[in-house]
Amino acid sequence: MAVLNEEQTMLRDAAKSWVQEKSPVTAFRKMRDSGVELGYDANAWNEMAEMGWAGVIIPEEYGGSDFGYLSMGLILEETGRTLTASPLLASGLAAASALVLGGSDAQKSEWLPKIAGGEVVGALAVDEGAHHAPEKVALKAEKSGSGYKLSGSKSFVLEGMAAGLLIVSARTSGKPGDTDGITLFLVPGDAKGVNRKRLHLADSRGAANITFDGVEVGEDAVLGEVDKGYPLLEKTLDRARAGLCAEMLGSAVQAFEITLDYLKVRVQFGQVIGSFQALQHRAAKMFTDLELARSAVEAALQAIDADTPDVPELVSLAKAKMGDVFHLVSNEMVQMHGGIGMTDAHDAGFYMKRARAAEAAFGNQGYHRDRYARIQGY
Amino acid sequence: MADFGGSDLDAFRTEARDWIEANFPKSLKGKGGMMMREERSEPTPDMHAWRKAMGEKGWGVPTWPTQYGGGGLTPAHARIIQQELGRVGAYNPIGGMGVMMFGPTLLEYGTEAQKQQHIPPIVKGELQWCQGFSEPGAGSDLASLQTRAEDKGDHYIVNGQKIWTSGAQWAQWCFCLVRTDTTKKHEGISFVLFPMDTPGVEVRPIPLIAGNSPFCETFLTDVRVEKDQVVGPVNGGWTVAKRLLQHERSGLSGAGGGGGGGRSLVKLAKDYVGTDEAGRLADTDLRTRVIMNEIDGRAFQLTAMRAMAESKANSGPSAATSIMKNAGTRWMQDRAELTIELMGHQGLGWEGDDFTAEELGAVRSWLGGKATTIYGGSQEVQNNIISKRILGLPDPK
Repeated sequence: MAVLNEEQTMLRDAAKSWVQEKSPVTAFRKMRDSGVELGYDANAWNEMAEMGWAGVIIPEEYGGSDFGYLSMGLILEETGRTLTASPLLASGLAAASALVLGGSDAQKSEWLPKIAGGEVVGALAVDEGAHHAPEKVALKAEKSGSGYKLSGSKSFVLEGMAAGLLIVSARTSGKPGDTDGITLFLVPGDAKGVNRKRLHLADSRGAANITFDGVEVGEDAVLGEVDKGYPLLEKTLDRARAGLCAEMLGSAVQAFEITLDYLKVRVQFGQVIGSFQALQHRAAKMFTDLELARSAVEAALQAIDADTPDVPELVSLAKAKMGDVFHLVSNEMVQMHGGIGMTDAHDAGFYMKRARAAEAAFGNQGYHRDRYARIQGY
Repeated sequence: MADFGGSDLDAFRTEARDWIEANFPKSLKGKGGMMMREERSEPTPDMHAWRKAMGEKGWGVPTWPTQYGGGGLTPAHARIIQQELGRVGAYNPIGGMGVMMFGPTLLEYGTEAQKQQHIPPIVKGELQWCQGFSEPGAGSDLASLQTRAEDKGDHYIVNGQKIWTSGAQWAQWCFCLVRTDTTKKHEGISFVLFPMDTPGVEVRPIPLIAGNSPFCETFLTDVRVEKDQVVGPVNGGWTVAKRLLQHERSGLSGAGGGGGGGRSLVKLAKDYVGTDEAGRLADTDLRTRVIMNEIDGRAFQLTAMRAMAESKANSGPSAATSIMKNAGTRWMQDRAELTIELMGHQGLGWEGDDFTAEELGAVRSWLGGKATTIYGGSQEVQNNIISKRILGLPDPK
């Protein structure tokens, strides 16, 4: 665990106790069983917003606390422990980052206070296929009167059902695959021509496919520069990825601790199975990998706070490493629990399903290994 | 230790820079790694002078107390010395087992007389120590060691055999575990010191798979050990040994193994397998494995930095420390395997001018590095320690 200042320690402790009291895994199970369209519990989200969590990376002048990304990561790590479903990552971190990094004063004034207060959920509408590929933008934005008309579709939009503000990557010139010619737009969720379809994914979180049928927006809807939106998109995505890594770290650590507890109580052959060296060494390997992953995740968040030039490579390092480790730990959780781990009544399946969805989000391990090497020139 | 503010550190940096500039022989620039090996045979006058200068200054062991010749400085000052040495291609000529493991242990457990006798020569780099721990029948299960020390009133007589006594052929003194009570296991072990030229000490080097090696077997036949050379209580040597092993393991996580020479794995891979039109390594399978190794190495370095920051802030070791030996050695062994693989048949040369020095070095490093997951507590012993001490898993019935 990184060395924390006083305010970060308080934030972490507050998150820990709220999550344990108000949002244990049973709350996630209840939400899943209810089949709620949003993919999260709106009351729990209100409580999180009231505690100021949605504004942790937002400047004070726009209603946030400006505590930074490591602080946000501490909260996400705690909510990740119990698989708490909420728009904290998509809205309070990803959408807020796009606005803080690229928004005009007017755009920031309009949206950031509402995001910080949790009144509006923001979401990134970036990918258009089954795999993360932020440069493969086909959704078109054509000049129309004094503004633009958006036509196309976006897939796997996290918190797409709840989003009152969509940050949409659109093509204003060039062809899919070009990094030039991408422009980001702020599209209100209730704009005419925005149609969403809930996606039912294995991890039961809120995701949607969204179509844009000639959606009209004004010139003031452009976030950042026309045709030059890709660097802003990458910066935003790196922040979202780092935040997701923190959530994955919490989930993986919790999955490991639940498994470790089980190894200490399950008796076979007249002794607890945790006394068997074959299992002990697999547990020691997981512990080792979790420590390595924690270092990578915390370093990425700290680099974002310090705004150092190695943010992209540290983020890809973290996402690749964290994805591998969560993958391993979630599989071992099911295996080491044996038959009980295969039942829906046990939580092991939740962690494994969440692991795969989180691995795929914003680029899986293969994507980030390749990106890590490309950044370093091989 | 005194609390120094930022301006004191700045002033110290200037002092260190000036002193190194005045004392470090330019002929030794960038030759740190090589010097450490060559020092075994013939130290040049420049090497001798540099070791003498650093030894007298106490900066080879900057955080050790000044009363025994150490630098008496804070870890922050020590880091500055290290940075300033690195900046001009200089190196710390004071090293070996005395500095890495025996000195810190003796400072904690030794008597005043033992510290006065043994620490100053280590500080000055005048004496080499070797470690008499393992025996043919006591490897991972070290506490089953059989070397006997018989009480002869004012001294002990020691009989037995030690193995893997690294550097025994160059060492002047040995720190050694002996059995002083045969009725108990851990509680029958004492930690003793004796000079390697004591009658009855016989050293035989052991050739290893990598060719010549610093490892030896050491036979002890009626060796006299003085009673004032017992460190810690008689029969209380296991506690002292465990602390020494902690020092050893923290030192080993960053040592040995490695790839071929000084070039990075990526650079070697580019040279040996080439790149495609986009500048990516042409062999996509190898590329993925190189990337994974690079990622593991970076995560390991970040963990080392995090562990250091945590232990500084919490004034105690961080849990991350326990994983360092296995994570570090696993990474370096993978790296050595990748290095010879990407060199192809050129990476399997044993000797001769058909191979570059880098290629020959890669082969020897690959082979020599296999020892790193065996010595200093094998990979399996490390996993047992993590399982029991950190994870709280029970012993089998």
